[in-house]
Amino acid sequence: MKQLETQYKKMLMDYITYQSEKNLYIAQNFTRQLIQKNVAPEDVVGIHKNVMKEILPQTSNEEQHAYDFLIEVMVQYGMTHRAHQSLLQKQAEYDMEMKIAADIQKTLLKTIVPQLANVDIGMVSIPIRKMNGDYVHFLAEDKKYVCVAVTDVIGKGVPAALCMSMVKYGLETLEYTYKEPPYVLEIINRVIEKSVDDSMFVSMFYGYFDIQKSTFSYASAGHEPALHYSAKNNQFSTLEAKGLLLGVLPDTKYAFNEVTIEENDIIIIMTDGVTEFRFHDDFNARDLITTIIEKNKFLSAQQLCTLLYEQIEQMQDFKLSDDFTVVIIKK
Amino acid sequence: MFKTSVEIMTEWDIVEARQIGRQEAKMLGFNTVDQARITTAISELARNIYLYAEVGTIEIERIETEGEKRIIITAVDKGPGIQDVRKVMQDGYSTSGGLGAGIPGVNRLMDSMVIQSNVGEGTTIKTEKWLR
Repeated sequence: MKQLETQYKKMLMDYITYQSEKNLYIAQNFTRQLIQKNVAPEDVVGIHKNVMKEILPQTSNEEQHAYDFLIEVMVQYGMTHRAHQSLLQKQAEYDMEMKIAADIQKTLLKTIVPQLANVDIGMVSIPIRKMNGDYVHFLAEDKKYVCVAVTDVIGKGVPAALCMSMVKYGLETLEYTYKEPPYVLEIINRVIEKSVDDSMFVSMFYGYFDIQKSTFSYASAGHEPALHYSAKNNQFSTLEAKGLLLGVLPDTKYAFNEVTIEENDIIIIMTDGVTEFRFHDDFNARDLITTIIEKNKFLSAQQLCTLLYEQIEQMQDFKLSDDFTVVIIKK
Repeated sequence: MFKTSVEIMTEWDIVEARQIGRQEAKMLGFNTVDQARITTAISELARNIYLYAEVGTIEIERIETEGEKRIIITAVDKGPGIQDVRKVMQDGYSTSGGLGAGIPGVNRLMDSMVIQSNVGEGTTIKTEKWLR
């Protein structure tokens, strides 16, 4: 503190003598140094007071009292300043933990898109925060079948990610029941209902594409409806399915639905982040999606997914309000 | 050792506790800035009593032994007590629960702090500052 006082004294005296901008610039740099050394505002006033007494010994008693008054005022500021600093430090720690958690989530919930001989599959899943509340799970055997689960946790960030790990675990332990979409949802529903907080709900679309029979059976737990493009009729139909969100009631039943898939048909499964348009209330997102798909149906499934993302992101002025996930399956 | 205690019932008692604290700090040889810090700490503790416990005391001890000079401030109240002392010591807690106001701030103004509290019985906060 004594050393700082000596420096401060010299700077102040220079300024009183020359009153140049250079002196003030030096003062600014000195302040930076003070902040780095965690010198409290009240200490700065204390230094100023002492220096004033030294360089202007004729300073009146009243002036010294005025400095004491200012010191009192600055103590309160100093307290707030230090609280702020400790919060900043804490935030840096949280950010670090968050980054590690996000990395773990990425590894844990990594989706591998199956590469199959007769079916073209594409996927885009982009979180708006560090952690993704959407999750896609595939299970496939070449020339036989491909299963896809598209899930969305209602809620974001860390709690959503933790819940998602549970969903993934549930999906991985399905074993031989993967062919029955309603049954899959019933099992996952029980897992979530039992083990996850009451405020946490998950929507899921589960589809089973039988490549040999060329049928797509599906069930939905409160999830955004999927789309089916029929190449033969050149039209879209909505793959709607009734069913309660996962995690609400223990014994929920889900309906079984099935469509036939023909050559060049496209199935589009998405989360509500794709269809929700914040700035366009009366806007029909599904019209936009079907128009984009129809126009570009000859692109690969992955190219279509990327195109959808780019166009919708642009429509939303690059400010998506929710995690964005779309899966496209082309025969 | 010299010990004074002030019962905190009105805001004027806060002023009195501050005054005694400043005198004692000055007598020990604390500089103006540290005097202001000690006084502010007393003020915060007394205010907590006044606002949340209604009645309590502030004790101010001046310790002067060979080679060691320090001031001890102890706030004692029979208020609602603090459920989770650890939380009260965290920044940002003050907004959510009564007594937390300013405790981490006081902790930083002083050199040491110990909190003892039993829910329904009251709280004792002892804080010290050494003259360097």
